[in-house]
Amino acid sequence: MEQPQTQILAHKPAKPVGIVGYGAYVPRYRLPAREVARIWKGGKDEAPVREKAVPGADEDVITMSIEAARNALARARIHAHEIRAVWVGSESHPYAVKPSSTVVAEAIGAPVSIQAGDWEFACKAGTEAMVAAIAMVSAGMGRYALAIGMDTAQGRPGDALEYTAAAGGAAYLIGPAEESLAVVEGTYSYVTDTPDFWRRAHERYPEHGQRFTGDPAYFKHITEAGKQLMKDLGVTAADIQYAVFHQPNTKFPQRVGKMLGFTPEQIQPGLLSPVIGNTYAGAAMIGLSAVLDCAKPGDRILVVSFGSGAGSDAFLFRTTEALVERQRLALQTQDYIARRTEIDYGMYVRLRGKLAD
Amino acid sequence: MEIPRHWRLKKQRYSLQGEICPHCEGKIFPPRDVCPHCGNDARTTFTFSGRGKIYSFTHVTEAPAGFEETAPYTVALVQLEEGPVVTAQLTDVQADEVEIGMPVEMVTRKIRSDGDERGIIIYGYKFRPVMQH
Ligand SMILES: [Zn+2]
Repeated sequence: MEQPQTQILAHKPAKPVGIVGYGAYVPRYRLPAREVARIWKGGKDEAPVREKAVPGADEDVITMSIEAARNALARARIHAHEIRAVWVGSESHPYAVKPSSTVVAEAIGAPVSIQAGDWEFACKAGTEAMVAAIAMVSAGMGRYALAIGMDTAQGRPGDALEYTAAAGGAAYLIGPAEESLAVVEGTYSYVTDTPDFWRRAHERYPEHGQRFTGDPAYFKHITEAGKQLMKDLGVTAADIQYAVFHQPNTKFPQRVGKMLGFTPEQIQPGLLSPVIGNTYAGAAMIGLSAVLDCAKPGDRILVVSFGSGAGSDAFLFRTTEALVERQRLALQTQDYIARRTEIDYGMYVRLRGKLAD
Repeated sequence: MEIPRHWRLKKQRYSLQGEICPHCEGKIFPPRDVCPHCGNDARTTFTFSGRGKIYSFTHVTEAPAGFEETAPYTVALVQLEEGPVVTAQLTDVQADEVEIGMPVEMVTRKIRSDGDERGIIIYGYKFRPVMQH
């Protein structure tokens, strides 16, 4: 049933909460799109990104989440003993059965009396965990909750996804508003059953329903979620300094930003897909970390994720005075992006274990 | 399979957790409950900063079983900022970039897989060149 248009659907935390610490991670290897085109298209193809980040042979969602979480803790300047939840959203958890979150929790020194779990919702698994973390802290069930979105995405060799399926993500420590570097002004989520992209159990690579990926999936869900949140909070694009969207390629987030009334300048700082690719559950979250690295106190930031299957989580944050001193307390998103070792398709095949098939 | 041993060692492997001596304040890694400096009981947990310098190193091209995935790689003796020297694999570095005295920092990575795709994955400390920010 359609909701009446006058109803307020956005959620404002009952007790004010926000981001007390954040941390990004991107592995050092880069596969240029021209390498994929060279192997599969005779060098002639219009690539959706310039290059993508590829994990080293000793990296996976667990190791990458640990580093992002350590960065978030360094910025929050709290002890891991105070964390009440460790949640990792991903579609490339190293184990089919055995949580990533318990390894991450143990490695960062979180206590045993916590919630821990792995979240799945394609590319919005991380933001789903973030909504839950906001709710948990707001409800007073814990002082801090850690939500991570991280992926080491894989595309079938030769598939269009091979240009973009990348590795990276970010971790967010949610806590009381008075300790926050960015306060949550509200969230709103929009989900439907849409068959745009999936992977069945035991299959290694995903499938996509071509004609479903654009308008009925990505654009529909992001605009519905973004518009409703802005309307309910009484803000327009002009009241917001930066907007970050899920970024499966370069063009989609640019186009959806325009649809919601944002200028290229508002999108640009959080648009990382051209240089790191699509980091799936990490994509919107690491876009936000890049924005937080350069934002000023009092800035409003809109974040809207998108996960196939399908749904979007929209957040509006407002940065505080505490942001400035914490930006430098850990490696910044651009520090990881600048650490760049180019690889060819042969090395990519080895690092991603594609010879084993 | 040595799952019980891996499980017991996870704290020290994941996060360089050692001990500090309550008598002489010596930092101890790996933990051994007796201070190597003064011989007294030392059981207080201490987590190392993870920063250190390369004391010596060797390149490995013929990797032992379980480590083939990352070969060739470099194994180094790393002198931690707090004193102890640990042996560890280096990562995110080319062999020709490694030199004695190079500042490094701890990262938690996959150390090895216990048996093919079906076994458990062992995580633990490695060191990489310090990232600047
Ligand atoms: Zn002693």
